[in-house]
Parts: sequence; structure tokens; C-alpha cells
Amino acid sequence: MKKSADLVLILFVLLSGISVFLPVGVDADMSVQWWDKPTAFALLVISVAAALYQLISRETTTYAALLLTIGCIAGAFAPLILTRTVDASGYGAIGLWLFLVALGLLVWRSLALLSRAANGNHLLAFAVPALFGIWLLYLWQVVTIGFGIPSVLLPSPEQIGAAIENNTSTLFADFYQTVVKSVLSGFAFGCGAGFLVAILVDRVPFMQRGLLPLGSLVSAIPIVGIAPIMVMWFGFDWQSKAAVIVVMTFFPMLINTLAGLQATSHIEKDLMRSYAASYWQTLLFLRLPNAMPFIFNALKINSTLAMIGAIVAEFFGTPIVGMGFRISTEVGRMNVDIVWATIAVAAVVGSLFYGILALMERRITFWHASYRRAK
Amino acid sequence: MSDVDLKPVIEIEKLNLVFQTADTPVHALSDIDLTVNAGDFVSFIGPSGCGKTTLMRVIADLEKPTGGHISVNGMTPEEARQKRAYGYVFQAPALYPWRTVEKNIMLPLEIMGLSREEQKARAARNLAMVNLEGFEKKFPWQLSGGMQQRVSIARALSVEPDLLLMDEPFGALDEITRDHLNEQLLKLWDTTKKTVIFVTHSIPEAVFLSSKIVVMSPRPGKVIDIIESNLPRDRTLDIRETPEFLEISHRVREGLRSGHSYDD
Amino acid sequence: MTKPAEISKAGIWRRLYDGKSFPVFVVVLSLLILWYAGAVYMNSDRLIDQYERSKVEWSWQQLTEDAWSMERPILPAPQQIIVELHKTVIDKKITSKRSLVYHSYVTISSTLVGFALGALLGVLLAVGIVHLETLDRSLMPWIIASQTVPILAIAPMIIVVLGHIGLTGLVPKAIISMYLCFFPITIGMVKGLRSPDVLQLDLMKTYSASAAQVFWKLRMPASIPFLFASLKVAIAISLVGAIVAELPTGAVEGLGARLLAGSYYGQTIQIWSALVAASVLGMLLVWAVTITEKLVLGRTGREAV
Repeated sequence: MKKSADLVLILFVLLSGISVFLPVGVDADMSVQWWDKPTAFALLVISVAAALYQLISRETTTYAALLLTIGCIAGAFAPLILTRTVDASGYGAIGLWLFLVALGLLVWRSLALLSRAANGNHLLAFAVPALFGIWLLYLWQVVTIGFGIPSVLLPSPEQIGAAIENNTSTLFADFYQTVVKSVLSGFAFGCGAGFLVAILVDRVPFMQRGLLPLGSLVSAIPIVGIAPIMVMWFGFDWQSKAAVIVVMTFFPMLINTLAGLQATSHIEKDLMRSYAASYWQTLLFLRLPNAMPFIFNALKINSTLAMIGAIVAEFFGTPIVGMGFRISTEVGRMNVDIVWATIAVAAVVGSLFYGILALMERRITFWHASYRRAK
Repeated sequence: MSDVDLKPVIEIEKLNLVFQTADTPVHALSDIDLTVNAGDFVSFIGPSGCGKTTLMRVIADLEKPTGGHISVNGMTPEEARQKRAYGYVFQAPALYPWRTVEKNIMLPLEIMGLSREEQKARAARNLAMVNLEGFEKKFPWQLSGGMQQRVSIARALSVEPDLLLMDEPFGALDEITRDHLNEQLLKLWDTTKKTVIFVTHSIPEAVFLSSKIVVMSPRPGKVIDIIESNLPRDRTLDIRETPEFLEISHRVREGLRSGHSYDD
Repeated sequence: MTKPAEISKAGIWRRLYDGKSFPVFVVVLSLLILWYAGAVYMNSDRLIDQYERSKVEWSWQQLTEDAWSMERPILPAPQQIIVELHKTVIDKKITSKRSLVYHSYVTISSTLVGFALGALLGVLLAVGIVHLETLDRSLMPWIIASQTVPILAIAPMIIVVLGHIGLTGLVPKAIISMYLCFFPITIGMVKGLRSPDVLQLDLMKTYSASAAQVFWKLRMPASIPFLFASLKVAIAISLVGAIVAELPTGAVEGLGARLLAGSYYGQTIQIWSALVAASVLGMLLVWAVTITEKLVLGRTGREAV
């Protein structure tokens, strides 16, 4: 374990050292070396120093992890500065790209140290995936700029950020149309209906035996396919999108709630019977709490289904607003940065939606075995 | 024991229960005759499949007999259940993980519709009864197995029933914890003067706890022997080394043997 | 609770009621009845309008008959869909562009390629996550986040980027399927690879087994039931991915393309028959995985999760 960790750091130092003797870019037909750009070079030296310190001290404390992370961040700024000032798209910049590969090793080592320190530390447990995400965005940025990838093909995160800033009102209108009007109403109605029908069906064992086998069949059906039909029935506006979402979210909720209501053990039911509890008391005090993990499972599945459903349905016709509409028209106009901006909004909204549900789940089903690892 | 409080709480005559399974009917209970008096501590003992749990479930109206007569406090079991005349302790604690210890004990009281203050007062009183003061706000999964089972006893007591039905409540616990809880249970029985019916498959446990031991045998489930114990009401664990104790144990074992309980 | 004696003596009705097939039959039958009734209800407005315009006397019987045989109904009757399916599945040559078999083939090939890629990616990710704490902490949240991005939003971009490097046709669609279906496999496999308990792991430790041995002899076999449970979910999602991917690519082949074309020209019967074909396809695919599961698990004598 220790040895491989050392190896990663040694490799980083070695590769960075080699990169110092290779060109890092071309400026006005002149080959540029690291020392031609003193700031970038200084940053490289800082990151190498941080790696060497870790290599010698071999500490695994939070402090050491943070130190190495600072070294990574410092090192990361060096290519960022270079790609802005010189042409780095060819063999002329081989040193730069070699350093970037080496930096990947350093980031890996610092993430490993951080995640070891993250046990029981909520802030670090959050920082590790956040830093990983930032690293991916950073790579995207450096590669698109460095290789001069045309923005029609793949814009850099910076350009996408600018597109978000310049189109806030359009993006917000799309968000309002797709998320607030279609997704939320469809989600609420579909999940609510699934839940209520499950409670009704649960009271009639005959219906239960008839519906449950069909439920597993329904889960194999690509229900999004009803989108064109719903658009024909309910028109172009949000109602047709909500209808698609209602149908898509209904079945997962129905099946999960039914399974959840059956998750109660015999002893627990006998207990309620020995109290002469009524049907509704048993439902409220025992069976619904027991079903909660299942219900949240359905809510989380449905949150992603709802976003997919709304955007698919917009492909079959919309008023001239909405995220699906925006994507399909702006692709046609080659405004790729706006498309990516919309994707970014959709990703953030989808993650928030899911995150809020996951947080609620943690709050409400804190007692469930999957959450009570630490006593 | 005085003759004054020999009031029958449970009367069972010619009780039969046949389970219909796919191939053959199973005679779970066959011609059971039994009377339990107020203040008795009655143990049902026998190997698995002898119907001891089933008999208790019939008393609790969790199972319907297919023949014979049974009355609980002079009522049918169903009426008794509706009136919440008994407290039931199961093999597993069956505590709800989403409720705190206190809230778990308050559960039957909420269902009965008692006032909030009464619920709280009873929870506190019964937690003290099982020596668990200070654990009100803990969740069940934060307690040990023995403590969880004590909470479930407190929950059964909180209904304030005269009759306590206990179905192998300490079966899943280690022997040291079990001895300790047995002593506590005896003290509880002595101070509250409740009638207790206790299902077990441990001979020492049955003899140590009971004033009356019902020995049962399987296929079909029937009563082999009913042994009145003459041990004093306040006993300690030391009593298990006395000749009286060993003699009663011997009689139980004889009963089990005559019912072919040791075959295969 | 076991049933008292009287019930078992009751007749065939009781047994039908308590069985499984009869309730399913009743539910399906009532759905069909609802469908026929719905077809009359939804198509009647337009029909009555037509009758009144051409000043024809009409009766309920006439209305019902017409509602079930319109050319472009709002809701077609089931038998119309069956006729259309018969026409496009059996009567047409399977190489014809009008044959649903042909379109199904196009969709299923990208479904299967995407499914294979997704399974591979999903299993590899799971193995990495289980063995490297760094990956578990840094990558896992992003794997979940990746699924909250509506795939259809990225689909056109994937097609643009891949098209630029010369990949068109099947590959972009398969990649979109893969993007959707690797997720349940990763989640299921992580759960499965972690399913051996401390006792079993300690046992391996007493044999001083290497990490590779623990993996191949304990973790891998233990994860197989979990793998199949997630494969069943994944293959259904993979089909959704393949269909959805056909929408923004402007594809002319495949079931998704049939849906799109049907919606352009208001051919409701065509949409419905494509939908039915997709559903049957989905069920067949899940069924195929279930059979494989039975074969594999049956040999090791284990139960499915």
C-alpha cells in the first residue's frame, strides 16, 4: 500500500522534471519553455515541492492531505496560464501535456489522502467528490482551450458559463415552462395517484393479485413512447408533458408502495392486532412508516423519469419555450454553447431535485438499517 | 396461596384447533382442558410443534379455535382483545425503529386514545418498572437485545392489563441476561399480582418462574401434565439448587418423556 | 394465518379467486373493456361532428362501429392495432422499410450493443469502487448525479461530437443506451460485491487469501444474483435509451423513428403499433435475461434476489 503510494508521487516528480526540458507551447513561431513563463514555472515548482514534502514526511494526517491538495491546485494553475498565452495544440507543447498527466497522478494521491481523512469528517466527505468534479471540469477547460477545439463541437466550461450569463432570461423561461409547469405538476400528480391507488389496491387482495404480476411487465415497457400520443391528446403546452410524466411515474410508485405496505412482519401485525387497532391505525402507525424507504425509492426513480419524460415530450411539439425545445432548435442553429447551457441547467435542476429527495429520505427514514451504520 | 383469590381468569374446555394445509389437516391443539386462576404464573412447556404458542395465540385471539370453549375474564377472547384485557410480549421485541423508546411504549396508549399526559406518565412508570429510566429518548436500535426486550415488556405493561401473555420472550437472549431478566420478571409478578402466561422450552426457566407448569406434547398438540409448584413466591436464583426444585424439574422431564418429546 | 377448514371445501370459484391467473385475467379484461369504451368516448366528438355536417341520421350502434374503425382515430381500438401489426409484421417482407420487424431489428441492435457496453462499464466501475476508497468517495456521487441529467438533453450533443470524428448510425445510439443503463448495474454490483459479511471475509483471511482470490472466490460469486437483478432493470432502460436516441438523430429507421413519423403525419395507429412492438420487445428482452439468470443461478443452486 505504502509503496504504490510512494510510486505515484515519485512518478509525478519524475514526469514533471522531464517536462521542464520539453517545450510547453509555441508563441509567434518560437518554442516556449517553462522558464519563459516565470509565474507558471513557480507554480510547477510549488506542486513538486508539495509532492516531495509528502514523499519525505509520509504523513497521512488531514493537515498533510490539505497541504498536498494546495500543491495540486497551485500546479493546476500553471497549464491554465500557459494555454491562455501560448499555442498549445501540437507537439510543440508536449511538456505541458506531460505535466498535465503527471498532475493527474498527484490529484489521485491527494484525493486518496483526503478520503482517508474524510472518515467522520462531513466537510471533507463533501470536499472529495467536489474536488473530483472540479478536476474533471478543469481538464475539460484546459483540453478544449489548449487544443483549440472549435466551440461548435465542444465549448469550454468558461464559454458555457458565459452563455448562461448572457441568456438568463431565456434559460429561466425554459426552466419555468419545463420544470415548474410540466415536471412538478406531473410528478406530484403521478406519484400521488400511484400512492392512493396502492392504498386502495392493498385493501382488495384480489386486485393485488391481479395487478402485481402486470406491474413487472409494465416496468419492461418503454413508457416514454406515449409522448406523441399525449401531445395529440392534450396539445402542445405543458399539460401534455405533465400527462406523459403522470403515466411514467404512476407505476413505479404503485409497485413500490404496494411492496412497502407488505414489508411489515407478522409479529408487528400481531402486535397491532393485540391492541385491537383499527385498519387505519395499523396503516398510520405501522405500515406506512415501514413503507417509507420503498416510497422514497420510487420518488427518487421518478425524479429522473420526470425530467426525461418532459424533455422527450417536448420533442413532439411545444410552444416556443422549454428546455427540450431550446435544445432541438439551438442544435439546428449551431448555437452549441446555449445547448450546453441548457444541459447545465437541467443537470443542476435534476441533481437538486434528487438531492432534496435524498435529504428528506435521510431525515424521515433515519431509522432504516442503511442509515444507522454509526451507532 | 390463599383460597380467596382463586378466581378463574381463563377457562378452556375441550379446545381443538385444526390447521388446513395443502395435503393433510394438522391437529395443532387437541382436547385442551385448562383453568388459569388470578395471580397464577403459568408456563407452557414442550418441544417445538407442541402447540404451546398456538394455545397462547388462541387466548390472545390471534388464532381462532375450530372447536371447544374458551373464555378470558368471562368473555370470548375477541371481546377481551377489544377491551385490551391483556398485554402480549412476543419472541422478538418488535419495537418500531422510527420511534424512540418512550414513543414505543406510548404506542398502544395512543391507539387507545389516552391523554398525552397519561401516556407520558405511564411510559415513565413502566420504564422504571423494567429499570430503564433515562433511556426514553434513545432509539431501539441503540439498545442491546436484553434492553430491547425489557422495553417490549414495559410496552405490554403500559396497557395495565391484569393478564400478561409472554411468548418465549427471552428465547433469543444469552443465558446470563436471561437469568437476570427472569429474576426481574418474578419480582414484577410478585409486586403487581398480575396473572402471567409464559411460553418456554427451557425446563429450568419454567420451574423457576411458575406457580403452575403445563407440559405439552406434539402431534397432536395436547396437555400431558399440569404441575402445581409449591416453591415460595419470592425466590432467588439459588433455589435452583434445592431438592424441591430438582424434583419438580424431574417431573417435567418425565412428562415430556411420556409425551415422546425426546423421540427423534 | 392459515385458513380455517371450511374455505378449502368451497368450490372452484373460491380456488379461482384465490389463485393468480384469474385475477390477472380479470384485470386485463377490464382494461380491454375500458379501452374499447374509451375509444368510443374519445372518438365520438369528431364522429358526431361529421354526422351533423353531412346531416346523416346516426344511432349509438353506428357510432360505436365507426369509432372502432376510424382511419385516424384519437384512440384506436385494440383490434385496429392488431390488424396494423399483422400487416407490418407478417405481411411485409422483413427487409422492407415498412416492416416493423425491420425497425425492431434496428432498435434492438443498438439496444444490445449499448447494453453490452453498459454492463461492461457498470461492472468495471463497481469493481473499482469496491476496491478503492478514493474512487468510492470521489466518483460515486457523480455516478448518481450523471443520472439526474436528462439523457435526451445530451443526446444531440453526443451525436454532434461523435459525428465529427466519423461515428454515425449505431454507435451514438448505443452510447446513449450505455449512458442510461450502466447506472443500475454499477449500483447493483457494488451492493453485490459488498454483500459477503464479515464472517465470510474473515474466513478468507484465515486462509490468507490474496485480494484477487477474495474477489474471484467470494465477492464475484456472491454478486451474481445482484448482477442479474440489475441487468433486468438495465436492459429495459437500454431499450428506452435506444428509442429516445432515435428522436433527435432524425433517424428514419427504428421504433423511435416510427413514433416520430407517426406523430408528424397524425398516424395514430402507426404510433400505437410501434408502441406495442416496443413493449413486446421490452418484455422479451427482460424475459431473456430472466431465463439466463435461471440457467446460471440454477446451476449454482441459488435463489434470485
